[in-house]
Amino acid sequence: MDFVNAIILLLNYIFIPALTYGSQLALGAIFVTLIYGILRFANFATGDMMSFGTMATILFTWYFQSLGVSLGVLPTALLAIPFGIIFMILYMLIIDKFVFKYYRHQKSPPVQFAMVSIGVMFVTQAVVRIIIGPGDRRFFDGEKFIIKAREFKEMTGLNEGLALKSTQVLTIFVTIVLVSLLFWFLNRTKTGKSMKAYSDNEDLALLSGIDPKKIVLVTWVIAGILATIGGALYGLDKSFKPFTYFNNMLPIFAAAIVGGIGNPFGAFLGGYVIAFSEILLTYAYKKFFMYVLPESMEPNSLVQLLSTDYKFAVSFSILVIVLIYRPSGIFKGKVL
Amino acid sequence: MVGIFQSWNIALSIFNLCLISAVMTMGANIQWGYAGLINFGIMGYTALGGLAAVLISVDPVQEAWRAGGFDILMSLWLIVVMVLVIRFILKRFEKSKIRTYSIAAIIISGILLIRFSAEPGIEAIEAVDPAKTGFLGGFGLPIIFSWIVGALFAGGLAFIVGKVALGLRADYLAIATLLISEIVIAIIKHEDWLTRGVKNVIGLKRPAPYEVDLQTTDWFIKLVEKFNAGKLSVIENLADRQAALNQLVIEGSSVFVKLCYSGLFLVVVIILLILTQKALYSPWGRMMRAIRDNEEAANAMGKNVVKQHLLIFILGSAIVGVAGAMLVTQDGLFTPGSYRPMRYTFLIWVMVIVGGSGNNFGAILGGFVVWFLWIEAAPISLFLINFFTAGIPETNALKAHLIESVPYFRFLLMGLGLLFIMRYRPKGILPEKIEIK
Repeated sequence: MDFVNAIILLLNYIFIPALTYGSQLALGAIFVTLIYGILRFANFATGDMMSFGTMATILFTWYFQSLGVSLGVLPTALLAIPFGIIFMILYMLIIDKFVFKYYRHQKSPPVQFAMVSIGVMFVTQAVVRIIIGPGDRRFFDGEKFIIKAREFKEMTGLNEGLALKSTQVLTIFVTIVLVSLLFWFLNRTKTGKSMKAYSDNEDLALLSGIDPKKIVLVTWVIAGILATIGGALYGLDKSFKPFTYFNNMLPIFAAAIVGGIGNPFGAFLGGYVIAFSEILLTYAYKKFFMYVLPESMEPNSLVQLLSTDYKFAVSFSILVIVLIYRPSGIFKGKVL
Repeated sequence: MVGIFQSWNIALSIFNLCLISAVMTMGANIQWGYAGLINFGIMGYTALGGLAAVLISVDPVQEAWRAGGFDILMSLWLIVVMVLVIRFILKRFEKSKIRTYSIAAIIISGILLIRFSAEPGIEAIEAVDPAKTGFLGGFGLPIIFSWIVGALFAGGLAFIVGKVALGLRADYLAIATLLISEIVIAIIKHEDWLTRGVKNVIGLKRPAPYEVDLQTTDWFIKLVEKFNAGKLSVIENLADRQAALNQLVIEGSSVFVKLCYSGLFLVVVIILLILTQKALYSPWGRMMRAIRDNEEAANAMGKNVVKQHLLIFILGSAIVGVAGAMLVTQDGLFTPGSYRPMRYTFLIWVMVIVGGSGNNFGAILGGFVVWFLWIEAAPISLFLINFFTAGIPETNALKAHLIESVPYFRFLLMGLGLLFIMRYRPKGILPEKIEIK
C-alpha cells in the first residue's frame, strides 16, 4: 500500500505537472526551432509573441463571455483560440513585412537578425502592456478539476490524493494532437517537405523551384498557431502575465537548443527534458522516502537536491552543459 | 532642460544614471564594437558589481561569523579542493570517457558534500537577527574600493564564462550569456547568507556627505546663502528670510550630494574614455579590429584569436562590473530583485546600437540619449496623448486607458528607435571612424 502511495505522490507532484509544463515548453520550443531552421535567426521576441497571441485569445474570450457563449465544462478560451491565432498570424506577417523582410533580402548575418528581434520584442511588449496592462489575468472558466484530490482519496482509500486539473489534461491532449499534425505536415505533405529542404540547403531548394515567399508565409502561419496555442495553454493552466511570458522565453530557448536547434522533434522532446529535470531536481523527496523506506531509515531533512528557487537555473545549467559537450543538441540539429 | 522644466534634483539624478549607463555601454561596446563579441549577460556583471559594493562596504556581522563562518570557510575550502582535483585530473589523464565521467562524478558528489556541510552554517547565519542582518556582512571598507573589486568580480565571472562559451557561434553566445546571467541573479537572489537575497541591503555607506549633516554645516549654509543672495535679499522680513534659507539649504543639500556623485562618476567616465580611446588606436586595437573583421586572416597572421577574445571579454565585463558597483553606490541600496534583463541587458544593447558600435563617444552618447528617453518617455507620451486627444472628454474610456498605460510607451519608443536605427543607420548615430594612415 505504501508503495502505491509513493507512486501516486510522484504522479501528483512530479509526473503530471512536469508533463504539462513540458508540453507548454515544447510548443514554444518548436516555434523557436522552426524560426531558426527556416528564417535562420534566434528570435528573442518569442516570449512576447506568445503573450501577444494569448492576449488576443483573452480578449476574444471576454467577448464571448459577454455574449454569453460558453462551452459548458470546457473553458471558453478554446473557442477563442482560433480567432487569437488569426490575429497572431496577422501581427507576425505585418512584423515580417516591415521588419524582417528587409534583412532577409540583405542576407544579413544572424546576429543582426537577433538584434532586430530585440527591437520587435520591445515593441511587442509595449503593445501587449498598452492593450491589456501588465497585471495578472485569469481567463479560465468551466470545470476546474477532473479528479479532485479528496474524491480520489475516498475512491481508492489511499493516503495520497491525485488531483487532475482539466487544464492539465487539455494541455497534454492538445499538444499531442497539434504536434502529430505538425509532424504529419512536415514529413508527408509537399509544402512540409519543401520547408525541410529549404531549411537544409537554401540554395539547392531555390534551385529546385521552391518558392521562398510561400515557405516564409507558411512558417509564420505555423509559428502563429504554435505561439498562440502554447501561450494560451500556459495562461489557462497558470495565469497570464506579460512578464512571466517574457521570462518563459529562457527555458524555451533552453529546450530548443537542448533538443538540437532546427530539429522540431528534438525541440519537442527538449521541452520535456527541461521540464522533468527542473521538477525532479527541485522536488523535496522526504514524503516519498517516508513511504518507501522502513521507518527506521526515514530521512530527517527534506531530501531536496536544490531549493525550488533554482528552478530556472537548473534548465540553464543543463543548457550550458549541452552547449559545451554537445553543441548540436541531444538529437542532432544544426552544428553550431 | 529637465532642470528647467522639472527640477535640478531630478535632472541631476538622470544625469548620474546617464553617466553610469555610459560606463555600462562602454563595457558592452568594447566587446561588441572592438571585437564583435555579443554579450547578453550584462545584467549578471552589473549585479556582481553591486554585490561587490555590499561585500566591501557593509560592516562584518560578528555574530553571524561566529555562528556559521567556520562552516562557510570549510565549504569554500572544499570548493577550492574540488577545482584543484579537477585540474589535476585534466592535466594528468588523457581525454577519455572515463575521465569525463569521473569529473562529472567529482562535481556532483562535491556539490552534495558542500551542500550538506554548509547547510547548518547557512541556517545559523540566516537565523542571526534576520530582520536586520541574517548575513555575513562585508569588510567595512570605504565603498569606493568596491568599484575596483566589482571589476575583479565581473572579470572573474567573465573568465569562467569566456572559457566555457566563447567558442560558440554569435547568436548562441548571446543565448548562453543571457542564461548564465540569469543563473548569477538566481544565486544572488537566493543565497541569503551572502547577499541577504530579496530582503535587500539598505543604508550602504556613501562616498559623499549625507544631506542631514550638510544641513547643519556652517560652510554649506553660507555657500547656499551666497548663491541665492539675490533671491534672499528681496525678502524683507528676517524670519521669512530664515525660513526661505532653510528651504533652500534642504534643496541645496540634496543637489550638492548628487553633484558629488556626478563628479566621481565623471572622473570614472573620463578615465575610461581616455583608456579606451588609447586602446582603440593602439596596435592592440588594430589587431582587435582585424580579428573582428576576419578571424581566419588574423589567425593566419599569427594572432591568438581565442586568447584575445577572452581578454576583451574580461575587460568589457570588468567595466560593466564597475558600473554595477557605481550604481549601488549611488542608490545606497542593493536590491537583487530589481535586476531584470529588460533594464540591464537589452536596454544597454539599445544604447550600444543606437550610439554607434565601435565608437567610444557613440557609446557615451547612446548611454545619455537612451537613458534620457527611457526616463522621459512617460511624461513625453503623456503630453502627446493629451495633445492629440484634447478634443475628447476626460471620461472617454480609450483616453483614460491610454493615460493609464503611459509607462509602457517607453518600451514602444525604445523598440521603434532600435528598429529605425538598425534599418536606416545601421552603424549608429556616431559611426565607427577609423583613420587609415
